[in-house]
Amino acid sequence: MISPANYVALAAILFVIGGVGVLVRRNALVVFMCVELMLNAVNLAFVAFARMHGDLTGQLVAFFVMVVAAAEVVVGLAILTSIFRARRSASVDDANLLKY
Amino acid sequence: MAHPAVLAASASSNTQVAAFWVLAIIAVAAALGMILARRAVHCAILLAVVMLILAGMYAMQGAPFLAFVQVIVYTGAVLMLFLFVIMIVGITASDAVVETIRGQRLFAGLAGIALLVLLILVVGHATIGHAAPAGARNSTQNIGGLARLIFQTYVFPFEVTSALLITAAIGAMVLAHRERARPKPTQRMLSRRRVASGRPTPLPGPGTYARHNAVDMPALLPDGTQSRLSVSGVLASRAAEARASAVPAISGEVIGTEAAEAQIHENGQEEER
Repeated sequence: MISPANYVALAAILFVIGGVGVLVRRNALVVFMCVELMLNAVNLAFVAFARMHGDLTGQLVAFFVMVVAAAEVVVGLAILTSIFRARRSASVDDANLLKY
Repeated sequence: MAHPAVLAASASSNTQVAAFWVLAIIAVAAALGMILARRAVHCAILLAVVMLILAGMYAMQGAPFLAFVQVIVYTGAVLMLFLFVIMIVGITASDAVVETIRGQRLFAGLAGIALLVLLILVVGHATIGHAAPAGARNSTQNIGGLARLIFQTYVFPFEVTSALLITAAIGAMVLAHRERARPKPTQRMLSRRRVASGRPTPLPGPGTYARHNAVDMPALLPDGTQSRLSVSGVLASRAAEARASAVPAISGEVIGTEAAEAQIHENGQEEER
């Protein structure tokens, strides 16, 4: 059997990749996808710890993370659509109305 | 007698080790490809790969309910939503190449490496024990145990979740809603407009020839000339745009529409004569 430590290490790697993606990419859609990747990596760690403890609470927390992520994606993509409608751009650099 | 699932798990531990390494390598490669791919569609497809692999990993760790929820919610719903928004924003929309902050990519990469080193050190130093013996998380009791947790211990957070979901749905509707600037035309107005336009019948379809049956091929009229109305005006204007910017988006499409547009031009002159 694979030790939970391997799963946690994989979760750490995926989390870092998602974080770098959030910092590097300029397309708001891709930034959202990277946030989703980070949430998924954390879920994997939760499930691994749940298996380590032989307790289902970790899986429950992962379930709640999924629910919150779904809500976040819905609202985020709606904001993105309305910004795109108004400004014809999906780049995170163009949405700077609150800056000045 | 041991339960078949437990028996299978102990017998196939070598298979599980192999599956873990293969899936982990594919997942990391797909995640790296996701942050490197130029086009948003490719990112979405690679993200789907990562999410399906994570579903497999949940299944390997005795979480069959979460594995199915992952496939249904993430791959089924969230990624479909992403693909729909990509359709709205434009499938060819790719990232800007310019760096708005100088050296941002370099520093982002350095920060990523630093975070990775930190996390690997933390995971390495932590005493992460071995998997507990299959008990409550066993696949036969997994769903029952989760249901007990959700509907007994954590029932109040679960109820709050419903409020969150309703708020998100209403928020999405409010944000994506657009007021109608003019009243919706009724069927009577539409039919009147149609008759008044001088062409009450539908427009002719594109031509179907032995070697080409694409939508950018004009149809032939009974006298042998080509019908200008049979090709969508969007194709002609797109070809003109592509020629003006001199950057072919998809080479085949541009060549095809250019040819069609040339034909339409000749044809229009003939029709005018």
